[in-house]
Amino acid sequence: MADENYPDGLLYHPEHDWARIEGEEATLGITWFAQDALGEVVFFDPPAVGSTLTANESYAEVESVKAVSDVYAPLSGEVIAVNDDLSGSPERINDDPYGEGWLVRIKTAEASERDSLLDVAAYRELLGR
Amino acid sequence: MTRYTSATDEDRREMLARIGAGSIEELFAEIPASMRLDRPLALPDGRSEQEVFDHLGQLADRNRHTDREVTFLGAGMYDHYVPALIDSILSRSEFLTPYTPYQPEISQGGLQVMFEFQTAISELTGLPISNASLYEGPSSLPAAGYLAIQENARSRFVVSRGVHPHARETLETYARGFGATVVEAPLDEHGTTDPEQLSRLVDDQTAAVFLQQPNFLGTVEQMGDLSERAKRTGALLVCAVDPLTLGVLRPPGDFGVDVCIGEGQTLGNRLDFGGPSFGFFAAAERYIRKMPGRIAGETVDADGRRGFVLTLQTREQHIRREKATHNICTAQALNALAGVIYLSWLGRRGLVELGELMVRRTAYAREALGGLAAINPGPVVREFAVRVPDLDGLIVRARAAGVNPGYRLGRDYPEFGDGLLVAITERRTREQIDQLAELVGASAREQASV
Amino acid sequence: MSTRLIPEPAEAVTIFERSKPGRRAFTPPPTDVPEVAIEELLPAELIRREPPRLPEIAEPEIVRHYNNLSKKNFDLDTGFYPLGSCTMKHNPKLNERVAALPGHAKLHPLQEPAYAQGALELMWRLQGALAEVSGLPHVSLQPSAGSHGELAGLLLTRAYHEDRGEQRTKVLTPDTAHGTNPATVVMAGYEVVKVGTAPDGGIDLEDLERKATPDVACLMLTNPNTLGLFDLNIERIAEIVHAIGATLYYDGANLNAVMGISRPGDMGFDIVHFNLHKSFTQPHGGGGPGAGPIAVSERIEPYLPTPQVVQRPPDNGDGPVYDLDFDRPSSIGRLRGFQGNYGVFVRSYAYICSVGGDGLREVSETAVLNANYLKALLADDGIGEYLPVAFDRMCMHEFVLSGSGAREALGIRTLDIAKRLLDHRVHPPTVYFPLLVDEALMIEPTETETKETLDRFAEIMRELLAEAAEDPEIARNAPYSTPVRRLDEAGAARRPVVRQPLPE
Repeated sequence: MADENYPDGLLYHPEHDWARIEGEEATLGITWFAQDALGEVVFFDPPAVGSTLTANESYAEVESVKAVSDVYAPLSGEVIAVNDDLSGSPERINDDPYGEGWLVRIKTAEASERDSLLDVAAYRELLGR
Repeated sequence: MTRYTSATDEDRREMLARIGAGSIEELFAEIPASMRLDRPLALPDGRSEQEVFDHLGQLADRNRHTDREVTFLGAGMYDHYVPALIDSILSRSEFLTPYTPYQPEISQGGLQVMFEFQTAISELTGLPISNASLYEGPSSLPAAGYLAIQENARSRFVVSRGVHPHARETLETYARGFGATVVEAPLDEHGTTDPEQLSRLVDDQTAAVFLQQPNFLGTVEQMGDLSERAKRTGALLVCAVDPLTLGVLRPPGDFGVDVCIGEGQTLGNRLDFGGPSFGFFAAAERYIRKMPGRIAGETVDADGRRGFVLTLQTREQHIRREKATHNICTAQALNALAGVIYLSWLGRRGLVELGELMVRRTAYAREALGGLAAINPGPVVREFAVRVPDLDGLIVRARAAGVNPGYRLGRDYPEFGDGLLVAITERRTREQIDQLAELVGASAREQASV
Repeated sequence: MSTRLIPEPAEAVTIFERSKPGRRAFTPPPTDVPEVAIEELLPAELIRREPPRLPEIAEPEIVRHYNNLSKKNFDLDTGFYPLGSCTMKHNPKLNERVAALPGHAKLHPLQEPAYAQGALELMWRLQGALAEVSGLPHVSLQPSAGSHGELAGLLLTRAYHEDRGEQRTKVLTPDTAHGTNPATVVMAGYEVVKVGTAPDGGIDLEDLERKATPDVACLMLTNPNTLGLFDLNIERIAEIVHAIGATLYYDGANLNAVMGISRPGDMGFDIVHFNLHKSFTQPHGGGGPGAGPIAVSERIEPYLPTPQVVQRPPDNGDGPVYDLDFDRPSSIGRLRGFQGNYGVFVRSYAYICSVGGDGLREVSETAVLNANYLKALLADDGIGEYLPVAFDRMCMHEFVLSGSGAREALGIRTLDIAKRLLDHRVHPPTVYFPLLVDEALMIEPTETETKETLDRFAEIMRELLAEAAEDPEIARNAPYSTPVRRLDEAGAARRPVVRQPLPE
């Protein structure tokens, strides 16, 4: 598993999800804290490409051996890609939560939603770390 | 003190002192007085082991079991020979007395049995995945129905009238909880599922279609045609099978069946007046994370040694709770063990030989009873239905001769009020079949003379 | 130490891997009818061309294979099995003997009632005994397991309300409930509403009052609850639930604590299920079979499943006659095939006859005595500071400890304690349940264990914790003496191998 880290430059959701903004698009995933709480991830059930995410609502599930966790959307938008590699290697979510363990890429719907997300300092404060 | 408890008066004193309680009563002090039973239970006092043995023996003596009569009774459970090695292995405490294998390091025996069982069921049904068993046959139908509803969010079940009546009734019971409706697809004049009617009933709201092979009357259904009709609108096809016919009949996996379920009693389990036996549940690969019940999987231990664990547990009630794929917890591990031992005993060739023997004897029996009108004249494996003009008379006559001629269809199929379902197993010899034919003949002669 | 006195255990080999073409255990009976070609009897397109690849193996090797497998299982007849909420009590040997009598074991389920009077009488008598133990007059033996009984209970609840023209949508379950409760609620078409737990471990009454609205169909309650505690407010809970017209469902998983002492029917419950494989000694079989009969109040009786076993008055001066009653117009219908797990009924009935009404009470008293005694032993210095009891009250037949102390002070988790216990030839308690206790260990010794066994278990816990204080790595890597060591469960779930691939 990766060491604890929360990169600068990402936006964070209090349900332990992150978003990396790339113009009109955003890549989403779960934070180091979330994957650590889950333990060894064994399965990611992705949404369909083309489906719509609503901010603050669950859009997928990640499973460990003995837990299931909802994944919340930090931002609204349309799914334009899912990380297909996770179906064969879900452990990437543990090994590299901000890189190869990304979950979905969306075309964001509402730019103003970004303002309600946390920066790394605020998220660390929320975690108390 | 009962013979199963060991606390002597001295033990009790010491233990209470350690707890810091003055009496046993004090341990229950938190139960409000109004909630306490203020009298002894109105049940007989405990009895010696030999008295209980005698009592249970006397009750057993008032049951006419399959060694005491020649039985042609089937209709979902069958009088097959159970080999001695099953009794021997099942009586081992290491299989009989553990709980569900929650600690895999000390449960490799049970877990490997589950893995072997899943492999055997997968081979039999021609479907890639199987769970480690469900309660029994009929309630496996709604388990498949629940999967279908979760899969396609539809709410209509179409069930062939050729499916076991207990299974159809069980599906109806569960469907009220699921908020689903159940529609019955009728049989045609040959006792097989009417293909045209099936096509008509399966609509785009149909979650699943349920068929049985062979059907309740014993008829071998035209699975290829029915499967095509059932699946046209995207409904799941669920097929119940008698596993012991799968040495001669093509497996459900060959016909695009999504879920194959069935009653496992015929695989090395005793009749036990209806249970416990086991149900099985095999499916196409894509349902692996939607299956009900326990599933064992292969893995390795910390030293890289091969081992087995319960896997994909996030499907189950103890983790997913209200989103679980089923509420089942305990299943039928010991009965499934009997099943996999039986299949190993029978073996690859034995399954075929037994199946062929049943087919030939059934054909012989049908011919021997040729004087009776057939309800299902089509191909059969081990069971067939006939009309008996004086059914009551035949039953009385047969009973007097120590023969149970079969199952009366009237309760479940009023349209066949004079119908008799005759089952053949490897235990029914030609001589016994001839005896049944004579009884039928005598009964017919008597009726003709009245 | 590098010298190995004991060779490595053999790698697991399956029955399929022992197969060799040409071997066989089965000798078919002679074909005494004409050997007509199968193609003449079945349509060609429905005949199987390639038989399933079942093992080919002779009897001696089958027996050895399964005997050797059995030796990789830990079992109740071998050692202490304090698995909380599972009631791992002794399974009397007599029960196996009587269940195997041909009159029971070889009885066809569709035998006409006139020829199955012994079986029906046994079921009738078992129904009566369960009614007396539960304080509820009407019993159906049909459900196959506790979870099946729960589903029956909620479908009965649904039928009851619908018969009164009411459409209720919610079922209340405590947040400590067993997972089968919420899973069943959804299968029965209801919405789960969780009720909180009060500081004393019982139901949070204020939360219950807030959530007890007219659209609630039922409250499902386990009492004693999954913490091993008798709910002190049970009367008030019953009042609140009945005031809104809902039914009260009693999950009988923990009945072993109160037989002959307190009855669900007298507490105001409408429906209770029994786990015959817990309180009434049906062997667990490595995960079944069980049976989950239900007992119900008068108002629920019309809806019980079909068929029901009934006693009819004699028509000729002989003893009463027993029958199956299918004529039940308000019934919810069938829950399964035939009449239920009769083989289980035989064992449980034999058990009830063996211990009797007086014995059942003694069973519960001893179960509660054993649990409280073990709880006291485990509160000792050297154990209690690492494994504090979750709710410090008089417990019923089981109690819950928290491994939080061991985690903080010793750096070992409850899982490590469980795995190290395996090396001591003891089955670990239930772990990580109930969910609201941190690092939970749920311990149920049952009444059939001796004081000496409980003393020994406490000593093992003390040794184990002292060892961890010296070197926590030992527990973290345990077990060492089992047929396999810790298994890669994540790997099994990531890339599932759920059947054996076989050569063509």
